[in-house]
Amino acid sequence: MELFINQLINGLNTGSIYALIAVGYTMVYGIIRLINFAHGEIMMFGAYFAFIFAFMMPFELPFIAVIVITMIFAALMGMLIERIAYKRLRTAPRISALITAIGMSLFLQNLAYLIFGATPWVMKPLISTEPIIIGNFSIARLTVLTIGLSIFFMVLLTLFVRKTKPGKAMRAVSQDKEAAVLMGINVNRIISLTFALGSALGALAGVFYAMQYTNVESTLGVLPGLKAFVAAVFGGIGNITGAMLGGYLIGIIETFVKAYISSKWVDAIVFGLLILTLLFKPSGLLGKNEKEKV
Amino acid sequence: MKKLVLLTSTFLFVFALSACGGSDAVKFGVIGPLTGEYSQYGLAVENGAKLAAAEINADGGVLGKDLEIVAYDSKGDPAEGVQAYNRLVDQDEIDALIGGTFSGVTLAVKELAVQDGLPVLTPTATNPDVTLNADNVFRACYTDSYQGSVAAVFAAENLNSTKAAILFNRDDAYSEGLATAFAAEYDARSLAYDEFEFGKDDDDYSALLTNIKDGGYDVVFLPAYIAEVGKVLTQAKSLGLAVPFVGGDGWDGIEADYADVAEGFYFANHYAKTDEATVVQDFVTNYEAEFGEAPNALAALAYDAVYAMAAAMEEAGSTDSADVVAALQTLDYQNAVTGSISFDANGDPIKAVTIIKVVDGEHVVETKVDAS
Repeated sequence: MELFINQLINGLNTGSIYALIAVGYTMVYGIIRLINFAHGEIMMFGAYFAFIFAFMMPFELPFIAVIVITMIFAALMGMLIERIAYKRLRTAPRISALITAIGMSLFLQNLAYLIFGATPWVMKPLISTEPIIIGNFSIARLTVLTIGLSIFFMVLLTLFVRKTKPGKAMRAVSQDKEAAVLMGINVNRIISLTFALGSALGALAGVFYAMQYTNVESTLGVLPGLKAFVAAVFGGIGNITGAMLGGYLIGIIETFVKAYISSKWVDAIVFGLLILTLLFKPSGLLGKNEKEKV
Repeated sequence: MKKLVLLTSTFLFVFALSACGGSDAVKFGVIGPLTGEYSQYGLAVENGAKLAAAEINADGGVLGKDLEIVAYDSKGDPAEGVQAYNRLVDQDEIDALIGGTFSGVTLAVKELAVQDGLPVLTPTATNPDVTLNADNVFRACYTDSYQGSVAAVFAAENLNSTKAAILFNRDDAYSEGLATAFAAEYDARSLAYDEFEFGKDDDDYSALLTNIKDGGYDVVFLPAYIAEVGKVLTQAKSLGLAVPFVGGDGWDGIEADYADVAEGFYFANHYAKTDEATVVQDFVTNYEAEFGEAPNALAALAYDAVYAMAAAMEEAGSTDSADVVAALQTLDYQNAVTGSISFDANGDPIKAVTIIKVVDGEHVVETKVDAS
């Protein structure tokens, strides 16, 4: 039982990271119907930003400041990418935008390779590595922080989307862009805002990922990005709560497969799940059945 | 007529080019991962080889000619390694190969090298199959199986282990080779062990480490390279896993980035930087002066391999492949940094294993296990 609970915590830890990335995928999809494949690369740049602000500044920044500055930089980067690569394609066929996104992803990977070099940067954990011990359980400090901060930011996002005016505007744009324009909503600004929020959360995931798995390199975002994409589809793409749920489920499934079956099967099971979801419930766990407009 | 002139001149041009290729220097090829996740290994081999070549050239060269090192990137990938090999042989016309660096890549180029009859002395490929059924392939390091069983002997006798966890990378021949040998030695001593495997794309080891923590093991054998070892040890520490880890020569250099999480752990290695023999200290000083960092075991092995190959050529009196291979078979190269080099019937060296403990970010020689 103890082992089971420990493994569940491990799963929640991985799941938090997937959930943070998946939210970015799902928000962008919700608003402009684009699978932003460059999202994993934003996460990777987030990890590099965190490294730079934590270790390469002339003065020492507190951990929270590193996180906040990293998220701001990633948000700006997300907005910039949207402005440069996706904005002109807003009326183009969806396949053109999708291909641009894949191109953007490769471009950013190689850009990072060029700027930061091929040798991985080794990230030191920014907080103590001594575990927290509660009774018979010892939990990594970083795990507590990852799960805690992820949930905090995702609750914040949900409140923002549900309760504030820009949040309302976001929902309006995702439902019907033309009608939103007629209601006096500045659609361009709302799309920029969506990219900014999604990218900031993706970068947060990048920081946690780098701290736990120590190596920061240009391909860091590829696999977690793909897994988070699966999570977003699994939860119902376009649905924020669905993406979070999907992220946590994928994380937990992965950990349990590793712990109780074999690490060999992890990728087969996760990507198999994507195929099954697409076959039997294409709208995902929480997605609505939406008729394609012709 | 015009066409004929063009054709002739093209041929002449090609011949002139190929004549340029067969210049006067003796060329050794090096294949290793010079970029990417494993680049520290390939670059160490390249640097070690170049340092040896520079010293040999300052001392008169090989057979009176300059020695040139040509290094190509394999990225640790067998397919890229084969391309690098073809380029070295066809384009650079090397006289001998110091490589590959990884077992997987070396196994991939081995068949080609056997067909070509090229003298191959890999500094670092430890997989047992590398030298089997290949008269012209030699190695300067000991084998995976030898290293794995020495680690098991050390764990059982010096750490009094009775139940070990073996955590290895199933996608890597090196890691699997050491794990198998370690398990065989534990079987022979009727000690208990369990195997845990991970894949090359895994970043998250917490599920496996939690199982290991729960299983009551007294030692964890982790035969892997630094990229994985660093991640595993960091996660093990944050999960509060308080069991000693033992590793192989893939751990060499762990103290650079992961000194705090590797503190107090052991690994088998080819030599210790802290060894007081003159040849070792000279090598360490010159290497640091040239490249600004301490040499790891791979650099030392590459350095020795270049010297050994050059010695074989001097012995043979030519760079003819068959003569050099014959000279290597009877070579007895003393005074090497990693211990004297002579080869058994397979082309494997006969030498001792050093067990190193990481203490305060430094290598401390724990014990030396002699070849039996």
